[in-house]
Amino acid sequence: MVLPRLVSGPSVQYLESAVKSLFVPSYQIFLKDSSSELRTRYALNALFMFVVTALSIILFSLGSESVSSDVLAGMLWVIIFFSSMSGLSRTFVAEEERGTVQTLQLISRPSAVYVGKLTFNFALTLSLNVVIALLYLLLVNGFAVQTPSIFWATLVLGSCAIASSSTIIAAIIAKAHTRGTLYPVLSFPIMLPMLITVIKATQLSMEGAFFSEALGEFQILISYTVVLVAVSAVLFDFVWRD
Amino acid sequence: MKDLTVTVDSLSKVFNRRSIFDGVSFTVRVNESFAITGKNGSGKSTLAKLLCGLLSPTSGTVRLGVGGKEVGRDEMFQHVGLVAPYINLYEEFSGAENLRMIGMIRNLPAGMIRQGEELLREFGIFERKDDEVRTYSSGMKQRLKYAAALIHRPEVLILDEPTSNLDLEGVGAVRRRMKEQVREGILIIATNERSDLEFVSASLDLDLPRTLMRDSSRG
Repeated sequence: MVLPRLVSGPSVQYLESAVKSLFVPSYQIFLKDSSSELRTRYALNALFMFVVTALSIILFSLGSESVSSDVLAGMLWVIIFFSSMSGLSRTFVAEEERGTVQTLQLISRPSAVYVGKLTFNFALTLSLNVVIALLYLLLVNGFAVQTPSIFWATLVLGSCAIASSSTIIAAIIAKAHTRGTLYPVLSFPIMLPMLITVIKATQLSMEGAFFSEALGEFQILISYTVVLVAVSAVLFDFVWRD
Repeated sequence: MKDLTVTVDSLSKVFNRRSIFDGVSFTVRVNESFAITGKNGSGKSTLAKLLCGLLSPTSGTVRLGVGGKEVGRDEMFQHVGLVAPYINLYEEFSGAENLRMIGMIRNLPAGMIRQGEELLREFGIFERKDDEVRTYSSGMKQRLKYAAALIHRPEVLILDEPTSNLDLEGVGAVRRRMKEQVREGILIIATNERSDLEFVSASLDLDLPRTLMRDSSRG
């Protein structure tokens, strides 16, 4: 058989060593960030407070008004966007503030740091978005999802897109003095195409569209994520080093 | 004997249009120790950072050769250890957790990570290994930095102000390590302490015109 040549020997060894040298350190950086976050709760507290405040304001301002699905879908992603802005930059800003950037530079490759931070941001964004979506579904009057498969797929793909863009922007702004202001300002134009797409997909889920009708939106979100991850992987080396 | 060299060629660094140093060239080979000296602000720490790939040179090159092959900047971290005042460890984790985490991120074998505890013992902080680093004194943090820099047994050890914050016992542990490092690989120190210079075979004063002082009696 010819197949074994493809799945054994030098090619497999190369693949194994590539996986070991990239994904094992990345996973360890992800674990480090996760346990650090669970202990210090810098990002979690900021995110939680933002979500609670934003939802309360929306609930008070809406009252018993009936609002169109377009507006409700838009408001959901406004909360998601700004809560992401309040917490996702922490992954790099915290390293900068603690003075551990050089420690990380000394113990791993830039690619491993990027993948580790991206994974952490994705996990944080996804869990945050699920909490926001559940609270929104429970509390906001008139927000009824007719096609849950579209809604949850949008949430997962939207989280991937937010994590992919916010990770590289966080790495860029971490070295700036005015990082608090810079983060949303830099993020908005980069995230705008993604935000328009997720809002459209959320509307489709509320209107009871078939899953196939949202495939175009999903393709845009996947393409957006792939392009941003690819560009970030190339750029990160320059951003991470001096 | 290992084939191990650090070659610095016509190195210069400019920060915000201010030249920190230029035209620095030297070579350090295996079993040699090298000191970088100079007044405050002369660029000792900048040169130390350039040597371990933390900074990019404005011009010139830093080359690390291991086993006859040149090591790329991305792979330098596997061969170099750095102890410096500007290197911080994670204060929310304990000393032992920091070492374990660094070992895991470095993708070291489990045996090597376990031996990290021996380093904590060697540097006299084993008793406090489970305490958060934020509760450590500055001397204890310095000792932990040594354990963190040595866990992967680096061929090249770079020490910037090697004995700062250390008491006599700590200085003794560092001196023993410095001697051992010269036996096993390359030691480069950035210092102004006269006592540190006793260990080196060559030195470069960044304040003087580029002169390399060599002492042939020492390894």
